[in-house]
Amino acid sequence: MAGHHQLNFKVLRNTLFALLSLTILTVLVAKPVSGFDAGMFNFVIAMGIASLKAGLVLAYFMQLKDDNKLYLGLMISCVFFLLLFFGLSFIDIISRAPVDSTL
Amino acid sequence: MSSAADTSKNYLNHEKGLWSWLTTVDHKRIGIMYMITVLLFFAIGGAFAMLIRLELFAPGGTFEAQVYNQFMTFHGAIMVFMVIIPGIPAFLGNFVLPLHLGAKDVAFPKVNLMSWYCLIVGAIISFISLFYHGADTGWTFYTPYSIQTDNGTILLVLGAFVMGFSSILTGVNFVATTHRLRCKGMGFFQMPLFVWGLYSTAILQVIATPVLGITLLLLAAEKIMGIGFFDPKLGGDPVLFQHFFWFYSHPAVYIMILPAMGIISELITAFSRKVIFGYKAIAFSSVGIAAVSFFVWGHHMFVSGQSELAGVIFSFLTMLVGVPTAIKTFNWVATMYKGSIQFQSPMLYALGFLFLFTIGGVTGIMLATMAMDVHFHDTYFVVAHFHYVMVGGTLMAIMGGIYYWFPKMFGKMYSELGAQLSFVLIFVGFNVTFFPQFILGAKGMPRRYHDYPEAFSFLNSVSSIGSWTIGLGFIVALIVIIHGLLKGAKAPDNPWGAKTLEWQTTSPPPHENFYTDPVVTGGPYEYR
Repeated sequence: MAGHHQLNFKVLRNTLFALLSLTILTVLVAKPVSGFDAGMFNFVIAMGIASLKAGLVLAYFMQLKDDNKLYLGLMISCVFFLLLFFGLSFIDIISRAPVDSTL
Repeated sequence: MSSAADTSKNYLNHEKGLWSWLTTVDHKRIGIMYMITVLLFFAIGGAFAMLIRLELFAPGGTFEAQVYNQFMTFHGAIMVFMVIIPGIPAFLGNFVLPLHLGAKDVAFPKVNLMSWYCLIVGAIISFISLFYHGADTGWTFYTPYSIQTDNGTILLVLGAFVMGFSSILTGVNFVATTHRLRCKGMGFFQMPLFVWGLYSTAILQVIATPVLGITLLLLAAEKIMGIGFFDPKLGGDPVLFQHFFWFYSHPAVYIMILPAMGIISELITAFSRKVIFGYKAIAFSSVGIAAVSFFVWGHHMFVSGQSELAGVIFSFLTMLVGVPTAIKTFNWVATMYKGSIQFQSPMLYALGFLFLFTIGGVTGIMLATMAMDVHFHDTYFVVAHFHYVMVGGTLMAIMGGIYYWFPKMFGKMYSELGAQLSFVLIFVGFNVTFFPQFILGAKGMPRRYHDYPEAFSFLNSVSSIGSWTIGLGFIVALIVIIHGLLKGAKAPDNPWGAKTLEWQTTSPPPHENFYTDPVVTGGPYEYR
């Protein structure tokens, strides 16, 4: 259709391989599989890989990289509001008085 | 060009029979179907309100406490999910948006029809819960009580979940319509301000409503499968439910009020015969309110156990909403200044909105102040505040909008005298009902109780009498509408001398809205 970008097979194939590779990496850095343990950074590593995979899907499979920037803006605003929700909720959770507080 | 034979055909007689309505993809017909359903739900929700005020007319019990809790729950759930949220976007928005934009229909007409069916299916599921023991949690479904009670909470929650899809689909449709279907020559700053209101609302519907869906699913998962999200006994956090719930439900307040503000912009400029003051300021303040509305949900939770730090942050952020809201209000007043004001019924409702919404807004600032909210929380002060916003704001705008666009919808005029009488009854009745509740709340009367001490008796009786006056006002309004439909004089194409595009086509409009594609060459309000 007019206005749509041509799908480049090589780019899609490479993206697929990148996603599969990152999935394997996710499994490899999991403690029960490989014994790899980064302590409190386990979560950060897992979420970092997942975010990278999500970014690849958005950029290449959903074609946000080359599409109208409005759609990219809408996507970013959704992520912003999600982070806002998490951020403000966590401010509450981490700064609450302990249950046994006399406050 | 159109011929005389062409103009006799319109969207009402384009096709005939009930089936043609139930399968229509015409945005105007879908808007009318929304009107009928929303008015029906309003009558049911209003009946529950009357029963609540009957119980509270005097101390002592008329109904059992449990039954009162069910009245209160259904009044809230029906009015929020079935009346006020779909009231303006889905009913008036559906009818007016494509006409305002000079389009033939919305971007996704079949999705539009599906959104109506989602509302109907969700409403049916919710009403079944009424007969299956009856939910008694209030419309907020707060945990841990909603997890513990055996009554029909699951069904009501499921109904609200399905109705959420209706809201999302309408939002997606309106965003796409606004971006893609504006007529030739219409940029964003040539759009009527009602479109700006609907557009901002649609963004909220798309972003916020899924969070409600997730919240209700988590609640159902906990209740059915015992997964511990919110119940402390299972390792959950009941305050987290409130975070989830209000992340949607506070923006939902703006889903209710932003399109209402759009209607008020249309009414004030049309009946002041004057170009709107500060078009861009009003337009951007709609977007500003929509954006800020996501930052403020924690002001519902000042006494929930939320941390003091979070409370201070939310208190500050909530104050910010007052800025774009005040910009709108001052601009509406400035529009009227030196205008040729005509006090016809739509304008009376717009003035009623200004008066009542300002009281609701200012008391909102009081409640946003954390130290005051600790005193007022869960008292009748809060009940009065949000009714001044929801009824004094949104419902006034819906009524004004119905009277304003009635000639365009049906090609008939209504009795102006009857409409003005209904306004007086509703306006006076509203203040008699809800102003005493500010005093009751300040004196410490808690909300959601079916009984109260003798000391609160007089003001509660006054409030109940006021509610019956409102009910009478709406009955008069219904008679005026039915009389107008059956016996109203033929409406001219532009009875108000307004400038937006819907008034440039016939009353009622043809199936595809315009006989020739409109071309916009100036602003939407070029009066003088």
